[in-house]
Amino acid sequence: MDHKSHTKALHNAYIRSLKKEKYWVRFYQLVIFLIFFSGWEIASRNKWIDPLIFSSPSKVWELFLIKVQDGTLFFDLGFTLSETILGFILGTLLGTILAAILWWSPFLSKILDPYLVILNSMPKVALGPILIVALGPSFTSIVAMGTIISVIITTIVVYTSFREVDPNYIKVLQTFGGTRFQIFKEAILPSSFPVIISTLKVNVGLSWVGVIVGEFLVASKGLGYMIIYGFQVFNFTLVMLSLLVIAVLATIMYQAVEFLEKKLIKNN
Amino acid sequence: MTFLKVQDIHHTYFTKSNAVTALSNISLQVNEGEFISFLGPSGCGKTTLLSIIAGLFQPTEGRVELEGKQVATLKSEIGYMLQQDYLFPWKTIEENILLGLKINHHLDEEKKAYAKDLLMQMGLSDVESLYPKQLSGGMRQRVALVRTLATEPKLLMLDEPFSALDYQTKLHLENLVSDTLKSFGKTAILVTHDIGEAIAMSDRIYLFAPSPGKIHKVFEIPEELRECSPFDTRNHPMNAEIFQTIWKEMESLGSQESHKSTP
Repeated sequence: MDHKSHTKALHNAYIRSLKKEKYWVRFYQLVIFLIFFSGWEIASRNKWIDPLIFSSPSKVWELFLIKVQDGTLFFDLGFTLSETILGFILGTLLGTILAAILWWSPFLSKILDPYLVILNSMPKVALGPILIVALGPSFTSIVAMGTIISVIITTIVVYTSFREVDPNYIKVLQTFGGTRFQIFKEAILPSSFPVIISTLKVNVGLSWVGVIVGEFLVASKGLGYMIIYGFQVFNFTLVMLSLLVIAVLATIMYQAVEFLEKKLIKNN
Repeated sequence: MTFLKVQDIHHTYFTKSNAVTALSNISLQVNEGEFISFLGPSGCGKTTLLSIIAGLFQPTEGRVELEGKQVATLKSEIGYMLQQDYLFPWKTIEENILLGLKINHHLDEEKKAYAKDLLMQMGLSDVESLYPKQLSGGMRQRVALVRTLATEPKLLMLDEPFSALDYQTKLHLENLVSDTLKSFGKTAILVTHDIGEAIAMSDRIYLFAPSPGKIHKVFEIPEELRECSPFDTRNHPMNAEIFQTIWKEMESLGSQESHKSTP
Protein backbone atom coordinates (compact mmCIF):
# COMPACT_ATOMS: atom_id res chain seq x y z
CA MET A 1 0.00 0.00 0.00
CA ASP A 2 2.81 2.33 0.98
CA HIS A 3 4.68 1.41 -2.16
CA LYS A 4 1.59 2.15 -4.22
CA SER A 5 1.10 5.61 -2.81
CA HIS A 6 4.77 6.32 -3.39
CA THR A 7 4.40 5.40 -7.07
CA LYS A 8 1.35 7.64 -7.30
CA ALA A 9 3.26 10.55 -5.82
CA LEU A 10 6.07 10.05 -8.32
CA HIS A 11 3.57 9.91 -11.16
CA ASN A 12 1.97 13.16 -10.01
CA ALA A 13 5.37 14.80 -9.87
CA TYR A 14 6.04 13.61 -13.41
CA ILE A 15 2.73 15.04 -14.64
CA ARG A 16 3.52 18.34 -12.91
CA SER A 17 6.92 18.53 -14.59
CA LEU A 18 5.30 17.93 -17.99
CA LYS A 19 2.78 20.71 -17.35
CA LYS A 20 5.51 23.02 -16.20
CA GLU A 21 7.48 22.45 -19.39
CA LYS A 22 4.38 23.15 -21.46
CA TYR A 23 3.84 26.46 -19.69
CA TRP A 24 7.42 27.52 -20.38
CA VAL A 25 7.11 26.61 -24.07
CA ARG A 26 3.94 28.72 -24.33
CA PHE A 27 5.63 31.53 -22.41
CA TYR A 28 8.60 31.75 -24.79
CA GLN A 29 6.32 31.51 -27.81
CA LEU A 30 4.43 34.52 -26.47
CA VAL A 31 7.69 36.36 -25.80
CA ILE A 32 8.82 35.92 -29.42
CA PHE A 33 5.40 37.14 -30.62
CA LEU A 34 5.50 40.25 -28.41
CA ILE A 35 9.14 41.08 -29.22
CA PHE A 36 8.47 40.82 -32.94
CA PHE A 37 5.43 43.10 -32.98
CA SER A 38 6.61 45.60 -30.37
CA GLY A 39 10.06 45.71 -32.01
CA TRP A 40 8.40 46.35 -35.34
CA GLU A 41 6.24 49.10 -33.83
CA ILE A 42 9.13 50.80 -32.00
CA ALA A 43 11.52 50.58 -34.96
CA SER A 44 8.89 52.09 -37.20
CA ARG A 45 7.98 54.95 -34.81
CA ASN A 46 11.63 55.87 -34.26
CA LYS A 47 12.27 55.71 -38.02
CA TRP A 48 14.93 52.98 -37.61
CA ILE A 49 13.12 51.35 -40.51
CA ASP A 50 11.26 53.29 -43.21
CA PRO A 51 7.64 53.50 -41.98
CA LEU A 52 6.45 54.08 -45.54
CA ILE A 53 7.78 50.69 -46.67
CA PHE A 54 7.49 48.61 -43.52
CA SER A 55 4.40 50.26 -42.05
CA SER A 56 3.74 49.39 -38.40
CA PRO A 57 1.47 47.05 -36.42
CA SER A 58 -0.68 49.94 -35.18
CA LYS A 59 -1.28 51.22 -38.71
CA VAL A 60 -2.07 47.72 -39.94
CA TRP A 61 -4.49 47.29 -37.04
CA GLU A 62 -6.21 50.60 -37.83
CA LEU A 63 -6.59 49.61 -41.46
CA PHE A 64 -7.86 46.22 -40.34
CA LEU A 65 -10.60 47.84 -38.24
CA ILE A 66 -11.62 50.15 -41.10
CA LYS A 67 -11.75 47.30 -43.59
CA VAL A 68 -13.70 45.13 -41.19
CA GLN A 69 -16.23 47.89 -40.60
CA ASP A 70 -16.84 48.65 -44.28
CA GLY A 71 -16.88 44.91 -45.04
CA THR A 72 -14.31 45.02 -47.87
CA LEU A 73 -11.88 42.78 -46.04
CA PHE A 74 -14.36 39.94 -45.76
CA PHE A 75 -15.30 40.37 -49.37
CA ASP A 76 -11.68 39.99 -50.55
CA LEU A 77 -10.98 37.29 -48.00
CA GLY A 78 -14.02 35.24 -48.97
CA PHE A 79 -13.10 35.50 -52.63
CA THR A 80 -9.53 34.29 -52.12
CA LEU A 81 -10.44 31.65 -49.58
CA SER A 82 -13.04 30.05 -51.84
CA GLU A 83 -10.55 30.00 -54.73
CA THR A 84 -7.90 28.40 -52.55
CA ILE A 85 -10.15 25.76 -51.01
CA LEU A 86 -11.58 24.87 -54.39
CA GLY A 87 -8.13 24.69 -55.99
CA PHE A 88 -6.84 22.63 -53.11
CA ILE A 89 -9.70 20.13 -53.22
CA LEU A 90 -9.63 19.84 -57.01
CA GLY A 91 -5.86 19.41 -57.05
CA THR A 92 -5.93 16.62 -54.49
CA LEU A 93 -8.97 14.91 -56.02
CA LEU A 94 -7.73 15.05 -59.61
CA GLY A 95 -4.25 13.95 -58.51
CA THR A 96 -5.68 10.94 -56.69
CA ILE A 97 -7.91 10.01 -59.62
CA LEU A 98 -4.96 10.28 -62.02
CA ALA A 99 -2.90 8.10 -59.65
CA ALA A 100 -5.73 5.53 -59.63
CA ILE A 101 -5.78 5.47 -63.43
CA LEU A 102 -2.01 4.97 -63.54
CA TRP A 103 -2.29 2.14 -60.98
CA TRP A 104 -5.09 0.57 -62.99
CA SER A 105 -3.00 0.42 -66.12
CA PRO A 106 0.72 -0.20 -65.57
CA PHE A 107 1.16 0.00 -69.35
CA LEU A 108 -0.30 3.52 -69.45
CA SER A 109 1.87 4.54 -66.49
CA LYS A 110 4.99 3.41 -68.35
CA ILE A 111 3.93 5.47 -71.37
CA LEU A 112 3.13 8.59 -69.35
CA ASP A 113 6.19 8.43 -67.08
CA PRO A 114 8.44 10.94 -68.95
CA TYR A 115 5.54 13.38 -69.39
CA LEU A 116 4.85 13.36 -65.67
CA VAL A 117 8.50 14.09 -64.97
CA ILE A 118 8.45 17.05 -67.38
CA LEU A 119 5.18 18.42 -65.99
CA ASN A 120 6.43 18.02 -62.44
CA SER A 121 9.73 19.80 -62.97
CA MET A 122 8.11 22.67 -64.85
CA PRO A 123 7.25 25.77 -62.80
CA LYS A 124 3.48 25.69 -62.96
CA VAL A 125 2.95 29.40 -62.26
CA ALA A 126 4.62 30.07 -65.61
CA LEU A 127 1.46 28.63 -67.17
CA GLY A 128 -0.51 31.54 -65.66
CA PRO A 129 -0.71 33.74 -68.77
CA ILE A 130 -1.82 30.78 -70.91
CA LEU A 131 -4.54 29.82 -68.42
CA ILE A 132 -5.80 33.38 -68.34
CA VAL A 133 -5.96 33.59 -72.12
CA ALA A 134 -7.66 30.21 -72.32
CA LEU A 135 -10.13 30.52 -69.43
CA GLY A 136 -10.58 34.26 -69.23
CA PRO A 137 -9.40 36.64 -66.50
CA SER A 138 -11.80 35.31 -63.92
CA PHE A 139 -12.46 33.13 -60.89
CA THR A 140 -12.06 30.01 -63.09
CA SER A 141 -8.52 30.71 -64.20
CA ILE A 142 -7.40 31.51 -60.64
CA VAL A 143 -8.88 28.25 -59.35
CA ALA A 144 -7.15 26.50 -62.24
CA MET A 145 -3.85 27.98 -61.05
CA GLY A 146 -4.50 26.73 -57.52
CA THR A 147 -5.30 23.28 -58.92
CA ILE A 148 -2.57 22.85 -61.50
CA ILE A 149 0.18 23.72 -59.07
CA SER A 150 -0.61 20.72 -56.84
CA VAL A 151 -2.12 18.13 -59.16
CA ILE A 152 1.01 16.60 -60.68
CA ILE A 153 2.97 16.25 -57.44
CA THR A 154 -0.13 14.71 -55.83
CA THR A 155 -0.39 12.23 -58.70
CA ILE A 156 3.24 11.18 -58.35
CA VAL A 157 3.24 10.87 -54.56
CA VAL A 158 -0.09 9.03 -54.33
CA TYR A 159 0.75 6.71 -57.23
CA THR A 160 4.01 5.77 -55.52
CA SER A 161 2.10 5.00 -52.34
CA PHE A 162 -0.43 2.87 -54.29
CA ARG A 163 2.43 0.79 -55.61
CA GLU A 164 4.04 0.35 -52.23
CA VAL A 165 1.02 -1.33 -50.63
CA ASP A 166 2.10 -4.66 -49.12
CA PRO A 167 1.40 -7.26 -51.85
CA ASN A 168 0.22 -9.71 -49.20
CA TYR A 169 -2.95 -7.66 -48.64
CA ILE A 170 -3.58 -7.98 -52.36
CA LYS A 171 -2.90 -11.72 -52.11
CA VAL A 172 -5.49 -12.07 -49.34
CA LEU A 173 -8.10 -10.49 -51.60
CA GLN A 174 -7.02 -12.54 -54.60
CA THR A 175 -7.48 -15.77 -52.67
CA PHE A 176 -11.09 -14.70 -52.13
CA GLY A 177 -11.38 -14.08 -55.87
CA GLY A 178 -11.26 -10.30 -55.59
CA THR A 179 -11.44 -8.23 -58.79
CA ARG A 180 -9.02 -5.40 -59.53
CA PHE A 181 -11.66 -2.87 -58.52
CA GLN A 182 -12.27 -4.67 -55.21
CA ILE A 183 -8.53 -4.78 -54.56
CA PHE A 184 -8.35 -1.03 -55.15
CA LYS A 185 -11.32 -0.27 -52.94
CA GLU A 186 -10.51 -2.61 -50.05
CA ALA A 187 -6.71 -2.49 -49.90
CA ILE A 188 -4.97 0.05 -52.13
CA LEU A 189 -7.02 3.16 -51.38
CA PRO A 190 -7.51 2.78 -47.60
CA SER A 191 -3.89 1.87 -46.96
CA SER A 192 -2.82 4.99 -48.87
CA PHE A 193 -5.02 7.34 -46.85
CA PRO A 194 -2.15 8.51 -44.62
CA VAL A 195 -0.13 9.49 -47.70
CA ILE A 196 -3.11 11.23 -49.29
CA ILE A 197 -3.67 13.22 -46.11
CA SER A 198 -0.03 14.23 -45.92
CA THR A 199 -0.17 15.46 -49.53
CA LEU A 200 -3.19 17.51 -48.44
CA LYS A 201 -0.89 19.31 -46.02
CA VAL A 202 1.60 20.12 -48.76
CA ASN A 203 -1.20 21.12 -51.10
CA VAL A 204 -2.57 23.71 -48.65
CA GLY A 205 0.65 25.68 -49.07
CA LEU A 206 0.86 25.10 -52.83
CA SER A 207 -2.71 26.17 -53.49
CA TRP A 208 -2.12 29.47 -51.68
CA VAL A 209 0.88 30.10 -53.94
CA GLY A 210 -1.13 29.32 -57.06
CA VAL A 211 -4.09 31.47 -56.08
CA ILE A 212 -2.06 34.49 -54.94
CA VAL A 213 0.02 34.44 -58.13
CA GLY A 214 -3.21 34.05 -60.12
CA GLU A 215 -4.65 37.11 -58.39
CA PHE A 216 -1.46 39.06 -59.04
CA LEU A 217 -2.02 38.45 -62.72
CA VAL A 218 -5.70 39.10 -63.23
CA ALA A 219 -7.92 39.77 -60.26
CA SER A 220 -9.71 42.94 -59.32
CA LYS A 221 -10.51 41.59 -55.89
CA GLY A 222 -9.02 39.20 -53.35
CA LEU A 223 -6.05 39.19 -51.00
CA GLY A 224 -3.53 38.77 -53.82
CA TYR A 225 -5.09 41.77 -55.52
CA MET A 226 -4.79 43.71 -52.23
CA ILE A 227 -1.06 43.00 -52.24
CA ILE A 228 -0.48 44.02 -55.84
CA TYR A 229 -2.73 47.10 -55.51
CA GLY A 230 -1.02 48.18 -52.29
CA PHE A 231 2.31 47.78 -54.04
CA GLN A 232 1.21 49.87 -57.03
CA VAL A 233 -0.11 52.79 -54.95
CA PHE A 234 2.71 52.38 -52.44
CA ASN A 235 0.33 51.61 -49.58
CA PHE A 236 2.41 49.01 -47.74
CA THR A 237 0.07 48.94 -44.78
CA LEU A 238 -2.39 47.27 -47.13
CA VAL A 239 0.28 44.78 -48.27
CA MET A 240 1.18 43.92 -44.67
CA LEU A 241 -2.46 43.52 -43.68
CA SER A 242 -3.02 41.14 -46.57
CA LEU A 243 0.10 39.12 -45.69
CA LEU A 244 -0.95 38.76 -42.06
CA VAL A 245 -4.48 37.68 -43.03
CA ILE A 246 -3.05 35.10 -45.43
CA ALA A 247 -0.72 33.77 -42.72
CA VAL A 248 -3.64 33.33 -40.32
CA LEU A 249 -5.91 31.69 -42.92
CA ALA A 250 -3.23 29.31 -44.20
CA THR A 251 -2.50 28.24 -40.63
CA ILE A 252 -6.18 27.60 -39.93
CA MET A 253 -6.47 25.50 -43.11
CA TYR A 254 -3.39 23.51 -42.16
CA GLN A 255 -4.77 22.89 -38.66
CA ALA A 256 -8.08 21.78 -40.18
CA VAL A 257 -6.24 19.21 -42.31
CA GLU A 258 -4.37 17.99 -39.24
CA PHE A 259 -7.68 17.61 -37.42
CA LEU A 260 -9.04 15.64 -40.38
CA GLU A 261 -5.93 13.46 -40.29
CA LYS A 262 -6.49 12.57 -36.64
CA LYS A 263 -10.14 11.75 -37.31
CA LEU A 264 -9.53 9.64 -40.40
CA ILE A 265 -6.47 7.55 -39.64
CA LYS A 266 -6.63 6.78 -35.98
CA ASN A 267 -6.47 3.07 -36.72
CA ASN A 268 -3.44 2.74 -38.94
CA MET B 1 -12.33 -40.19 -56.47
CA THR B 2 -9.23 -38.16 -55.70
CA PHE B 3 -10.08 -34.83 -54.12
CA LEU B 4 -7.08 -32.82 -55.27
CA LYS B 5 -4.96 -33.86 -58.19
CA VAL B 6 -1.72 -32.08 -59.05
CA GLN B 7 -0.30 -33.32 -62.32
CA ASP B 8 3.11 -32.74 -63.91
CA ILE B 9 3.59 -29.18 -62.70
CA HIS B 10 6.55 -27.27 -64.06
CA HIS B 11 7.00 -23.64 -63.31
CA THR B 12 9.63 -21.19 -64.50
CA TYR B 13 9.97 -17.54 -63.47
CA PHE B 14 11.23 -15.26 -66.20
CA THR B 15 13.23 -12.13 -65.55
CA LYS B 16 15.19 -9.93 -67.94
CA SER B 17 18.49 -11.56 -67.07
CA ASN B 18 17.52 -15.20 -66.60
CA ALA B 19 14.86 -17.88 -66.38
CA VAL B 20 14.66 -19.70 -63.05
CA THR B 21 12.92 -23.04 -62.85
CA ALA B 22 11.15 -23.04 -59.50
CA LEU B 23 9.28 -26.32 -59.81
CA SER B 24 9.93 -29.36 -61.87
CA ASN B 25 7.80 -32.42 -62.43
CA ILE B 26 5.49 -32.19 -59.41
CA SER B 27 2.65 -34.69 -59.19
CA LEU B 28 0.65 -35.58 -56.10
CA GLN B 29 -2.82 -36.55 -54.99
CA VAL B 30 -4.75 -35.70 -51.86
CA ASN B 31 -7.90 -37.34 -50.58
CA GLU B 32 -10.73 -35.49 -48.92
CA GLY B 33 -10.14 -34.76 -45.24
CA GLU B 34 -6.40 -35.37 -45.38
CA PHE B 35 -3.85 -33.04 -43.88
CA ILE B 36 -0.59 -32.92 -45.80
CA SER B 37 2.60 -30.90 -45.42
CA PHE B 38 5.15 -29.53 -47.84
CA LEU B 39 8.44 -29.56 -45.97
CA GLY B 40 11.72 -28.21 -47.19
CA PRO B 41 14.36 -25.51 -46.92
CA SER B 42 13.52 -22.03 -48.18
CA GLY B 43 13.80 -21.54 -51.92
CA CYS B 44 12.51 -24.94 -52.93
CA GLY B 45 9.31 -23.63 -54.46
CA LYS B 46 6.85 -24.64 -51.70
CA THR B 47 5.01 -21.34 -51.67
CA THR B 48 5.02 -21.20 -55.46
CA LEU B 49 3.34 -24.60 -55.58
CA LEU B 50 0.81 -23.50 -52.97
CA SER B 51 -0.03 -20.40 -55.01
CA ILE B 52 -0.46 -22.52 -58.13
CA ILE B 53 -2.75 -24.95 -56.32
CA ALA B 54 -4.73 -21.98 -55.00
CA GLY B 55 -5.16 -20.78 -58.58
CA LEU B 56 -3.39 -17.48 -57.95
CA PHE B 57 -1.38 -17.99 -61.11
CA GLN B 58 -1.02 -20.50 -63.91
CA PRO B 59 1.92 -22.91 -63.95
CA THR B 60 4.11 -22.96 -67.05
CA GLU B 61 3.04 -26.56 -67.56
CA GLY B 62 0.70 -29.02 -65.87
CA ARG B 63 -2.78 -29.10 -64.35
CA VAL B 64 -4.34 -28.79 -60.91
CA GLU B 65 -7.79 -30.27 -60.43
CA LEU B 66 -10.08 -30.03 -57.43
CA GLU B 67 -12.88 -32.59 -57.63
CA GLY B 68 -12.21 -32.92 -61.35
CA LYS B 69 -12.41 -29.20 -62.11
CA GLN B 70 -9.51 -26.86 -62.88
CA VAL B 71 -8.75 -24.66 -59.90
CA ALA B 72 -8.45 -21.36 -61.74
CA THR B 73 -12.23 -21.41 -62.20
CA LEU B 74 -13.21 -21.98 -58.56
CA LYS B 75 -11.28 -19.61 -56.35
CA SER B 76 -13.83 -19.39 -53.55
CA GLU B 77 -13.48 -23.12 -52.85
CA ILE B 78 -9.94 -22.58 -51.61
CA GLY B 79 -8.91 -20.75 -48.45
CA TYR B 80 -5.42 -19.37 -47.99
CA MET B 81 -3.63 -18.42 -44.80
CA LEU B 82 -0.41 -16.42 -44.95
CA GLN B 83 2.70 -16.28 -42.76
CA GLN B 84 1.35 -13.30 -40.91
CA ASP B 85 -2.26 -12.52 -40.22
CA TYR B 86 -2.52 -9.64 -42.73
CA LEU B 87 -5.68 -8.42 -41.09
CA PHE B 88 -6.60 -5.04 -42.57
CA PRO B 89 -5.64 -2.55 -39.85
CA TRP B 90 -8.31 -0.01 -40.83
CA LYS B 91 -11.12 -2.57 -40.55
CA THR B 92 -12.64 -3.87 -37.33
CA ILE B 93 -12.38 -7.57 -36.49
CA GLU B 94 -15.95 -8.05 -37.66
CA GLU B 95 -15.26 -6.35 -41.01
CA ASN B 96 -12.10 -8.41 -41.34
CA ILE B 97 -13.74 -11.80 -40.83
CA LEU B 98 -16.54 -10.91 -43.26
CA LEU B 99 -14.13 -9.65 -45.92
CA GLY B 100 -14.07 -12.88 -47.94
CA LEU B 101 -17.85 -13.13 -48.01
CA LYS B 102 -18.10 -9.49 -49.05
CA ILE B 103 -15.58 -9.99 -51.86
CA ASN B 104 -17.33 -13.00 -53.35
CA HIS B 105 -20.80 -11.50 -52.79
CA HIS B 106 -22.03 -14.20 -50.43
CA LEU B 107 -22.59 -11.96 -47.44
CA ASP B 108 -25.96 -12.62 -45.81
CA GLU B 109 -27.27 -12.90 -42.26
CA GLU B 110 -26.77 -16.65 -42.10
CA LYS B 111 -23.12 -16.49 -43.20
CA LYS B 112 -22.56 -13.57 -40.87
CA ALA B 113 -23.85 -15.57 -37.91
CA TYR B 114 -21.67 -18.49 -38.98
CA ALA B 115 -18.55 -16.33 -39.04
CA LYS B 116 -19.32 -14.85 -35.63
CA ASP B 117 -19.95 -18.31 -34.26
CA LEU B 118 -16.54 -19.41 -35.56
CA LEU B 119 -14.99 -16.48 -33.76
CA MET B 120 -16.59 -17.68 -30.51
CA GLN B 121 -15.34 -21.21 -31.10
CA MET B 122 -11.81 -19.84 -31.43
CA GLY B 123 -12.18 -18.39 -27.95
CA LEU B 124 -12.53 -14.83 -29.17
CA SER B 125 -15.63 -13.18 -27.80
CA ASP B 126 -16.38 -9.47 -27.59
CA VAL B 127 -13.66 -8.53 -30.06
CA GLU B 128 -15.88 -7.75 -33.09
CA SER B 129 -15.68 -4.00 -32.67
CA LEU B 130 -11.96 -3.88 -31.88
CA TYR B 131 -9.21 -3.15 -34.38
CA PRO B 132 -6.45 -5.71 -35.15
CA LYS B 133 -3.71 -3.74 -33.40
CA GLN B 134 -5.62 -4.12 -30.14
CA LEU B 135 -5.15 -7.91 -30.24
CA SER B 136 -2.08 -10.06 -29.58
CA GLY B 137 -0.27 -11.94 -32.37
CA GLY B 138 -1.90 -15.26 -31.52
CA MET B 139 -5.38 -13.73 -31.39
CA ARG B 140 -4.82 -12.01 -34.71
CA GLN B 141 -3.77 -15.26 -36.36
CA ARG B 142 -6.93 -16.89 -34.98
CA VAL B 143 -8.98 -14.07 -36.48
CA ALA B 144 -7.19 -14.67 -39.79
CA LEU B 145 -8.18 -18.35 -39.54
CA VAL B 146 -11.80 -17.34 -39.00
CA ARG B 147 -11.59 -15.02 -42.01
CA THR B 148 -10.32 -17.93 -44.10
CA LEU B 149 -12.89 -20.42 -42.80
CA ALA B 150 -15.83 -18.01 -43.05
CA THR B 151 -16.13 -18.57 -46.80
CA GLU B 152 -16.38 -22.32 -46.11
CA PRO B 153 -13.55 -23.39 -48.42
CA LYS B 154 -13.22 -27.06 -49.30
CA LEU B 155 -9.45 -26.90 -49.35
CA LEU B 156 -7.28 -24.93 -46.95
CA MET B 157 -3.79 -23.70 -47.74
CA LEU B 158 -1.60 -22.83 -44.77
CA ASP B 159 1.57 -21.00 -45.76
CA GLU B 160 3.75 -21.16 -42.62
CA PRO B 161 0.92 -19.64 -40.57
CA PHE B 162 2.66 -20.22 -37.24
CA SER B 163 6.16 -19.05 -38.14
CA ALA B 164 5.74 -15.49 -36.85
CA LEU B 165 4.38 -16.52 -33.44
CA ASP B 166 6.14 -17.23 -30.18
CA TYR B 167 6.62 -20.91 -29.32
CA GLN B 168 3.87 -21.25 -26.73
CA THR B 169 1.26 -19.53 -28.89
CA LYS B 170 2.37 -21.65 -31.80
CA LEU B 171 1.75 -24.90 -29.88
CA HIS B 172 -1.69 -23.68 -28.80
CA LEU B 173 -2.65 -22.67 -32.31
CA GLU B 174 -1.43 -25.93 -33.83
CA ASN B 175 -3.88 -27.79 -31.61
CA LEU B 176 -6.67 -25.35 -32.32
CA VAL B 177 -6.21 -25.45 -36.10
CA SER B 178 -5.89 -29.22 -36.11
CA ASP B 179 -9.04 -29.69 -34.01
CA THR B 180 -11.01 -27.19 -36.07
CA LEU B 181 -10.04 -28.71 -39.40
CA LYS B 182 -10.74 -32.24 -38.16
CA SER B 183 -14.16 -31.30 -36.82
CA PHE B 184 -15.13 -29.71 -40.15
CA GLY B 185 -13.50 -32.53 -42.13
CA LYS B 186 -11.49 -30.01 -44.16
CA THR B 187 -8.64 -30.94 -46.43
CA ALA B 188 -5.51 -28.91 -45.80
CA ILE B 189 -2.02 -28.34 -47.12
CA LEU B 190 0.58 -26.89 -44.79
CA VAL B 191 3.82 -25.32 -45.96
CA THR B 192 6.55 -25.35 -43.33
CA HIS B 193 10.28 -25.66 -42.79
CA ASP B 194 9.78 -26.98 -39.25
CA ILE B 195 10.08 -30.78 -39.18
CA GLY B 196 8.41 -31.06 -35.76
CA GLU B 197 5.44 -29.05 -36.89
CA ALA B 198 5.06 -31.12 -40.05
CA ILE B 199 5.04 -34.37 -38.06
CA ALA B 200 2.68 -32.97 -35.45
CA MET B 201 0.06 -31.73 -37.88
CA SER B 202 0.12 -34.01 -40.91
CA ASP B 203 -1.08 -37.33 -42.23
CA ARG B 204 1.57 -37.23 -44.93
CA ILE B 205 4.72 -35.17 -45.53
CA TYR B 206 6.18 -34.26 -48.90
CA LEU B 207 9.86 -33.43 -48.52
CA PHE B 208 11.03 -30.99 -51.20
CA ALA B 209 14.49 -30.65 -52.66
CA PRO B 210 15.66 -27.29 -53.97
CA SER B 211 16.85 -25.91 -57.34
CA PRO B 212 14.72 -26.79 -59.12
CA GLY B 213 12.00 -27.58 -56.59
CA LYS B 214 10.93 -31.21 -56.75
CA ILE B 215 9.44 -33.81 -54.43
CA HIS B 216 12.36 -35.67 -52.88
CA LYS B 217 10.54 -38.13 -50.66
CA VAL B 218 7.10 -38.81 -49.19
CA PHE B 219 6.65 -39.82 -45.55
CA GLU B 220 3.43 -41.39 -44.30
CA ILE B 221 2.80 -40.59 -40.65
CA PRO B 222 1.73 -43.74 -38.72
CA GLU B 223 -1.95 -44.05 -37.82
CA GLU B 224 -1.08 -43.88 -34.12
CA LEU B 225 0.36 -40.39 -34.38
CA ARG B 226 -2.40 -39.15 -36.67
CA GLU B 227 -4.92 -39.85 -33.95
CA CYS B 228 -3.06 -37.64 -31.47
CA SER B 229 -3.33 -33.90 -31.19
CA PRO B 230 -0.28 -31.98 -32.46
CA PHE B 231 0.90 -31.35 -28.91
CA ASP B 232 0.64 -35.02 -27.93
CA THR B 233 2.38 -36.05 -31.14
CA ARG B 234 5.33 -33.87 -30.24
CA ASN B 235 5.64 -35.78 -26.95
CA HIS B 236 4.97 -39.23 -28.40
CA PRO B 237 7.85 -41.75 -28.20
CA MET B 238 7.56 -42.48 -31.93
CA ASN B 239 8.04 -38.82 -32.79
CA ALA B 240 11.81 -38.79 -32.22
CA GLU B 241 12.36 -41.68 -34.61
CA ILE B 242 10.42 -40.08 -37.47
CA PHE B 243 12.10 -36.80 -36.78
CA GLN B 244 15.51 -38.49 -37.12
CA THR B 245 14.57 -40.13 -40.42
CA ILE B 246 13.36 -36.88 -41.94
CA TRP B 247 16.27 -34.95 -40.48
CA LYS B 248 18.76 -37.33 -42.13
CA GLU B 249 17.02 -36.97 -45.47
CA MET B 250 17.14 -33.18 -45.18
CA GLU B 251 20.81 -33.30 -44.20
CA SER B 252 21.61 -35.43 -47.25
CA LEU B 253 19.86 -32.81 -49.41
CA GLY B 254 21.98 -30.12 -47.81
CA SER B 255 25.24 -31.95 -48.41
CA GLN B 256 24.32 -32.64 -52.05
CA GLU B 257 23.80 -28.93 -52.38
CA SER B 258 27.18 -28.03 -50.92
CA HIS B 259 28.89 -30.60 -53.17
CA LYS B 260 27.22 -29.07 -56.15
CA SER B 261 28.34 -25.59 -55.30
CA THR B 262 32.01 -26.52 -54.80
CA PRO B 263 33.77 -26.32 -58.16
